Amino acid sequence: MRYKRGRQIPDAEGDMTPMIDMTFQLIAFFMILINFSEGDQNQLIRLPASELAKPPDTAPAWPITLQMTARGTVFYGVDEFTLDNLRPVLDVEKELISRRGGDFRNTTIIIRADRYAKTGRVQELIRLCQSVGFEKFTLRAKQESP
Amino acid sequence: MKFRGSGKHTGGKVELMMTPMIDVVFQLLTFFIMTFKITAPEGDFFIKMPQAAPSAGVPSDVQLPPIKVRMTAGAGGELAGLFLAERRLSSFAELRDQVRALVGDASGPGGASDAEVELDCDYDLRYEYVIRAITAVSGYIGPDGQIVRMVEKIKFAPPHKEGS
Repeated sequence: MRYKRGRQIPDAEGDMTPMIDMTFQLIAFFMILINFSEGDQNQLIRLPASELAKPPDTAPAWPITLQMTARGTVFYGVDEFTLDNLRPVLDVEKELISRRGGDFRNTTIIIRADRYAKTGRVQELIRLCQSVGFEKFTLRAKQESP
Repeated sequence: MKFRGSGKHTGGKVELMMTPMIDVVFQLLTFFIMTFKITAPEGDFFIKMPQAAPSAGVPSDVQLPPIKVRMTAGAGGELAGLFLAERRLSSFAELRDQVRALVGDASGPGGASDAEVELDCDYDLRYEYVIRAITAVSGYIGPDGQIVRMVEKIKFAPPHKEGS
């Protein structure tokens, strides 16, 4: 094929505006849905479901989230403990709350236990927390459509 | 203000550099996609668990005895029996109806806000049955889709020994 010499072909420019619009909408979508509180949600825990489980209006003042697996071990943060070696950790947390000016009696222990965990183990965990001095407990469940 | 035209500048088209912006935007988009997780909303049930050693004192006359809900475990932690004050129930829906008949709604006359439920569960019972029992005594979804609260004070009986 032969081209005539000297004839200029104009640059083909794609219109970027729709793509940028769509990309910004996607970013806005993900920004709105991002959940920074997932740090205390262990994916090993399959929460029991309840139709009455609604997210609380206000977050507890000094929450401690303990996550019990189906085999009875407890995750605090990313560390896994047995019930026997969890007590020193709770003692340290109690001390830290007191030093930061809080009242450990107002601390809420949030228990995220696996649906297949034994109830007796959950009760033992509650008893352990009681023996350390904590008094407020909430049992967490995931929301289920009625 | 007057500019002296030299004739050389003819008002050429100013082009914005879009490439860096698109790079950053796509990096942001990648970050959000990679960190995106679909999680179901979660809610809390408050349980009343005072200290193991209760303070000495005369119990109040107006304090009602707790409604006792007993749950026994079968093989593999399955629910073997559900009892309300020694009476066997067939389902959690029946438990809800019975508790509702006993104490009414929290908003109604003689509200349920003063009533207390004590859960007595076998050691091996699956925890999900505890939540189902708490759900049954805590309230129900009304015809208008709103939650009708019933008993708000829930506590556990002392735990049974392992193997029960």
